[in-house]
Amino acid sequence: MNLQTVAEFIRLALTALRLNKLRSVLTALGIIIGVASVIVMEAIGSGAAIAMQQQIASLGTNVLNVMAGSMRIGGRQLGVGGAVPLSEKDLRVIRERVPGIAAISGQLNGSVTAVYGAANWSTQVSGVHAEYFDVRPWPLVAGRYFTAAEVASGARVAIIGASVRRELFAAGTDPTGELLRIGNVPFEIIGALGVRGQSGGNDADDVIIVPLTTARSRLVGRGFATVPDAVGNIAARVADGYDLAETQGAVSAVLRKQRRVNPGEEDNFTIRNFASLLQTRNEQQKTLSYLLATTAAMSLLVGGIGIMNIMLVSVTERTREIGLRMAVGARGIDVLAQFLTEAILLCLAGGLVGLALGVGITVAIAYVAGWTVSIGIGTVALAILASAAVGILFGFVPARRAARLNPIDALRYE
Amino acid sequence: MAGQPLIAARHLDKTYQLGEQQVQALRDVSFEVMPGEFVAIMGPSGSGKSTLMNIIGALDTPSGGVMEIDGAAVAGMNSDQLADLRNRTIGFVFQQFNLLRRTTALDNVKLPLLYSRQRPPDLNEAACASLELVNLGDRLHHQPSQLSGGQQQRVAIARALVNSPRLILADEPTGALDTQTSGEIMALFTRLNAAGLTIIVVTHEPEVAAYAHRLLRMRDGRIVSDERTVAASH
Repeated sequence: MNLQTVAEFIRLALTALRLNKLRSVLTALGIIIGVASVIVMEAIGSGAAIAMQQQIASLGTNVLNVMAGSMRIGGRQLGVGGAVPLSEKDLRVIRERVPGIAAISGQLNGSVTAVYGAANWSTQVSGVHAEYFDVRPWPLVAGRYFTAAEVASGARVAIIGASVRRELFAAGTDPTGELLRIGNVPFEIIGALGVRGQSGGNDADDVIIVPLTTARSRLVGRGFATVPDAVGNIAARVADGYDLAETQGAVSAVLRKQRRVNPGEEDNFTIRNFASLLQTRNEQQKTLSYLLATTAAMSLLVGGIGIMNIMLVSVTERTREIGLRMAVGARGIDVLAQFLTEAILLCLAGGLVGLALGVGITVAIAYVAGWTVSIGIGTVALAILASAAVGILFGFVPARRAARLNPIDALRYE
Repeated sequence: MAGQPLIAARHLDKTYQLGEQQVQALRDVSFEVMPGEFVAIMGPSGSGKSTLMNIIGALDTPSGGVMEIDGAAVAGMNSDQLADLRNRTIGFVFQQFNLLRRTTALDNVKLPLLYSRQRPPDLNEAACASLELVNLGDRLHHQPSQLSGGQQQRVAIARALVNSPRLILADEPTGALDTQTSGEIMALFTRLNAAGLTIIVVTHEPEVAAYAHRLLRMRDGRIVSDERTVAASH
């Protein structure tokens, strides 16, 4: 077969497909949907992976989070009163008795309204120790962090997140040195934080960070009457070279003793780390992508069966034509090649339309849902190869049936 | 008309298995066709003329006897070898034209070239030349539905001629045409025969058979008469 013959075969196949435009389109629909779902699946899957990696990187995988209460009781979120809150004492024993803690800080969260001049904004406040910025690095764009001395003295100083700054201050103005009323308490703004972005669906930048002591005594301490030195949650960074799981075990042992948990009793605190969170989500994502891959494979399979069905009908309808081709010298292999070409072209056309549709849906999803999506060249190649493979696989049986026709019977076929 | 016969049939037998019944379609058929002859085969339906035509056309092989087409015995050939023989040596013309619908005259004529082992360098040129031979040089890009019956049959004849075959095998070529168009088609065959091409026409119309120079009559699977005739002048 030379190039001209191949071109003629493709031209003849296109002519045959054009003869039944509607049928060709309907037949290709299965492939179109199959390929489109492959594209969307891949784009969302790899986009989610990228988004998660970014998020994990910003949270840090070497940070342990300790919360009061057991999270394992029927999955019920226990209120602050449900368990003894974590205290400065708890934090101190972790720092003193667990090796490999590089930095540790409490984090007492609450909701507040911040007022600057005539502008006000409902936001989150986090009371933290000075070491907080060493647990999770968070660069400043202006000003400074507060010091351990300011935390000890309960200074009314505040560092504002990028979203709070955007809501309360005109763009380009320097907020440091300004007076901010948080829950009616005047604070001096000493720093402005850089953008951290979305975190688990929340805006991580919509926050004001103040010394923990100040938050406890003036902003969010009212719920902790029984524990005057409550610190909320504890975040601890594990030093390089120390095993995360081992350190977590050591923290747990120290806390059980400190918080008087008897052997055999449930912990009255919970320790989480983002590495295990990452693992859980990786597994969830794997499950999801298997599910999506199965769906895509099923729709390609159904599309392929549609192709086979229509090609069988086509072979029957065109029996006389096949007989004629054989009479003028077509060998079995020529007829096989012709019908395979038709099946492959049909699938490839479907694949290309599916590709365009998939890209369109992906872009729409990215736009509407705000998800991170990613379409790689590998995905595109996969879609095209998959549709060609479906054509060969499901076109073969009809093509072979055509090739095996007896020319005499085929010529007489009515 | 000396030399090697184009078609040499010796003691051909053909039996079909139809369910439990054996049907003997050909019984001891022997004849030769020399290059340049114009032969008509006539006979009622069931006489075996279709079976004989299939064997002459290398679409089928005999159950017994020897069939040589252009010096090659077809008995031992596989389907690919038969396909090559049909492509190279024989040009078919059918009662129903058997053109590909929605396909231009040019593409229809080109079809045998696509399957040829000795392809001319320019397929379009070869197909054009063939269409000009049947006076359809101005209908290259017409589709069958835009052509009259006679024109369609001429496209089919151009297709049969395109590979420069040694034999034109026509099965009721005028069966779907009116009398005047039939005459034109038979005149075309006469012209091609005069140029040296061997032609075998299977028909049940005496007027068509009258164009041939030799008439084989068949009945019950046998050749009952083989006579030379003077072609009627039309």
